[in-house]
Amino acid sequence: MLAFLDQVVAVTLMNLRALKERAASSLVAIVGIAGVVLVLVAVLSIAEGFRATLTSAGSPDTALVLRAGSDTEMTSGLTLEDTKIIADSPEVLRDEQGAVASAELFVIIALPKISTGTDANVPLRGVQPAAFSVREDLRIVEGRNFEPGRNEVIVGQGAQGQFAGLGVGDLIELGQAQWTVVGVFTTGGTIADSELWCDAKVLQPAYRRGNSFQSVYSKLKSPEAFEAFKDALTSDARLNVKVMRETDYYAGQSTILITLIRTLGILIAILMGLGAVFGALITMYTAVASRTREIATLRAIGFASMPVLISVMAEALLLAVVGGLLGAGLSFLVFNGYQAATMNWQTFSQVTFAFAVTPKLMILGFLYSLALGFVGGFFPALAAARLPVATALREA
Amino acid sequence: MASGEALVRVQNVHKVYHRGNERIDVLRDLDVNVGKGEFLALMGPSGSGKSTLLNIIGGLDRPTEGGVEVGERRIDRLNDGQLASWRARHVGFVFQFYNLMPVLTAERNVELPLLLTNLSRAKRKKQVETALALVGLSDRAKHYPRQLSGGQEQRVGVARAIVTDPTLLLCDEPTGDLDRKSGDEILDLLEGLNQQHGKTIIMVTHDPLAAARATRVLHLDKGQLSSEAAA
Amino acid sequence: MKYLHLVWANLRRRRLRSLLTVLSILVAFILYGLLSATNKGFNAGVDLAGNDRLVTIHKVSLIQPLPVSYQSRIETLEGVDAVTYSNWFGGIYQDPKNFFPQMAVDPAPFLDLYPEYVLSPEELEAWKADRTGAVVGRALAEKFGWKVGDRIPIQGTIYRNQETGGLWEFNLVGLYEAGTKDADETQFLFRYDYLNEGMGGSLGVVGWYIVRIADPDQAPQIAEAIDSTFANSPAETKTTTEKAFGQAFAQQVGNTAAIIRAVLAAVFFTILLVVGNTMAQSVRERTNELAVLKAMGFSNGRVMALVLAESCLLALVGGALGLLVAAILIQPVGKALSGFLPVFYMPPKDMAIGIAIVLLLGLVTGVPPALQAMRLQVADALRRA
Repeated sequence: MLAFLDQVVAVTLMNLRALKERAASSLVAIVGIAGVVLVLVAVLSIAEGFRATLTSAGSPDTALVLRAGSDTEMTSGLTLEDTKIIADSPEVLRDEQGAVASAELFVIIALPKISTGTDANVPLRGVQPAAFSVREDLRIVEGRNFEPGRNEVIVGQGAQGQFAGLGVGDLIELGQAQWTVVGVFTTGGTIADSELWCDAKVLQPAYRRGNSFQSVYSKLKSPEAFEAFKDALTSDARLNVKVMRETDYYAGQSTILITLIRTLGILIAILMGLGAVFGALITMYTAVASRTREIATLRAIGFASMPVLISVMAEALLLAVVGGLLGAGLSFLVFNGYQAATMNWQTFSQVTFAFAVTPKLMILGFLYSLALGFVGGFFPALAAARLPVATALREA
Repeated sequence: MASGEALVRVQNVHKVYHRGNERIDVLRDLDVNVGKGEFLALMGPSGSGKSTLLNIIGGLDRPTEGGVEVGERRIDRLNDGQLASWRARHVGFVFQFYNLMPVLTAERNVELPLLLTNLSRAKRKKQVETALALVGLSDRAKHYPRQLSGGQEQRVGVARAIVTDPTLLLCDEPTGDLDRKSGDEILDLLEGLNQQHGKTIIMVTHDPLAAARATRVLHLDKGQLSSEAAA
Repeated sequence: MKYLHLVWANLRRRRLRSLLTVLSILVAFILYGLLSATNKGFNAGVDLAGNDRLVTIHKVSLIQPLPVSYQSRIETLEGVDAVTYSNWFGGIYQDPKNFFPQMAVDPAPFLDLYPEYVLSPEELEAWKADRTGAVVGRALAEKFGWKVGDRIPIQGTIYRNQETGGLWEFNLVGLYEAGTKDADETQFLFRYDYLNEGMGGSLGVVGWYIVRIADPDQAPQIAEAIDSTFANSPAETKTTTEKAFGQAFAQQVGNTAAIIRAVLAAVFFTILLVVGNTMAQSVRERTNELAVLKAMGFSNGRVMALVLAESCLLALVGGALGLLVAAILIQPVGKALSGFLPVFYMPPKDMAIGIAIVLLLGLVTGVPPALQAMRLQVADALRRA
């Protein structure tokens, strides 16, 4: 057994020393594998970032109430009466100001995107004062909060980065009214960062919504209170509503796009992976071919075929490991935190999010590179092990 | 000096190589004339410059100084492109290691130089057949080099060299890699080409027995002629 | 051509290597074809947009409706040829996952403005005669197995009539076909008067207007004229060409073209390396043979051409097969994606670009080794052997 290991080590070291001479083709294999890992991780990090933005929104003790049959706030509608009944539920948390429940309006407005200069839809949310108690994570990072009853908005950090004219002090024209940007807020990268917020009472007349709202966000006394809250509201004869956890609502919004990106990303990665395997195969076959005489000599001296096989595999895996690390590392450096915006298909409005190159994705990319190396090395290794010694010595 | 009109005139040829900072004078003010119809053997120790001389006469290399005239043509003044087409028409090479294309059959190998002419496919085929017949390998036309013995490979090499009916046949150690019997067959072939077909042949060789077949032998040493003897 | 057998023989020398090279090129061009179709899918609306059509929307955002009275006022404007409206319905058929666009329209004028939706005259008559009638694209009908005469229930989300709780029923009276490849065959069109009636007959607003103009060169002036007509009214408008409108919408999804270009660049860079390296390798192995060819009188240019022919042949075989496979794959992939990208095919222009890339790949990968072969000093190369 020890002798066998010695053989493996001896042959492998000999191969690796010869790597220098095949630097060009080995480099190609490395770059090829790195490229595949880079693209795979990058594409999946888009899906991951988008998912993180939507699912990190909200906490499990926050419930969202919409009109029954609505999938999004956009298509929902609640009367003032409805919202009062909802806020009065016993499961809703209460503080000094009363129920921690905010009835809200959700509309979209067109603003020019910085990157393209063309208009895109930005969500504008009209909220009640309790909204700031429902979203405890919200912080004003610049300027101040809007004052109730005035045409003032505060903008999410994400929206500010993607749209022109959202600096503190800038004016936004909505129809005939002018609104002033008075502050910038963040919720730590959740979907709310893509929104503009203002007072619901001011937004209602501007959009001729009378006394109606579209949703109620309410903080419950505990996450477990949700079921009771839901049952009470849905069985209430005065209401015709749908009750969801905020987390579920946003997770649902992300599924279409995430599925699409993941499917596309994996398809691209498989096709590219095939290309890279061919590249690795060429490299390894060439490596074996250029050492035909060496390998045959070793075999003639008495080395078994297994160490030869293992040594070729080891070389292929080494190239894959280097390529995989390179690709995963590069994807982290280049793409992690990259800010982008896309359309949320449920509300036709823009969501800003950051690419998230998570350790999980990097490990996935790395494992993929190992698989590529394994396939790329196995067949040439087999060819090397099966080399007919006599003919190989004569030719070469 | 050989009798008859000179086909090849090498005049005051000097050839210098630089290896790093070292200057090597491979040929020193060499004068050689080769008459039409001669079979000249070039002998000498390794590094004596005999292969360089052959390459210069064959238009593969240029002299540092001096002139080379082949059939009234100053080939040292031709550019690369002109040299290539000159070689295609006037020179046939036979190499020590045959240098056949392993991917082509014997007849395809022999046909290669003909691709550079305007001959029709049928004409080419006919000429290939003639050349292969001349070297006695008509029955091996469809074989690949690896299916041939060394002697047979070299005969294909000779067929390839003569298929265009060149002015000059240049052989660099044509028997160097062959056993005595195969080598003799090649030499018989060359001798026949010289005597029956009037081919002018210049052959570099180590082997005195091979040189003995030539009509004239030149000895080179350190880039200069050391002696000359008619066979 | 007489050298072809030599090129071919050289490619066959290392069959496996040539095969692997061809396969990696093939894969790259399959990817190219699919990505090109995806890009087409995202931008079909933009490409289709007639330059004689303008879209007028509410200035604040697309979701704000415009008064029905605007139609007659736009019609009177100089240079306006025809006007119609469209209204987003946003309903759900059975499950929210079955997404497709539903539009409330005025049948005859709508089809007049959108000649790319082809409906037979009989079906149009049937539609005009049935207030609850709807027509759908052929692809959509195939997806859900609908036939003319079916009753299709759709749950309204934005529009809910009191008595039915928001459930609307439509009579399928016709299937329209795409008159051009870029037209969307997944739309569900029904009559605005049915919507209005269901909502109590006093909607008074529509989603947006589509305006056909007589002279496309006048588009900016006419758009300006429309917007100034409604300036300082409660519902101000924003009018753009349909193309600009589509572009703005496509860009909201994200810059797909840029992402696709980036991926393709990565793929082709990798393939370039693999093929280039293979070619260089195969020339290195043959230094001696190339030198012999030169000794025989093959000129520098001819030797270079032989090497280039090899790389081009590899690229051509791999590229042509790849584009072919992509063209075959596009059908089933397009069907699978039809809910998301109604239009999915490789435009002829991209096919042509693909072929150009194939040749470029052959040349670029062949040039370095070809130059190396060309510069080969015969005497040195033979001595090394």
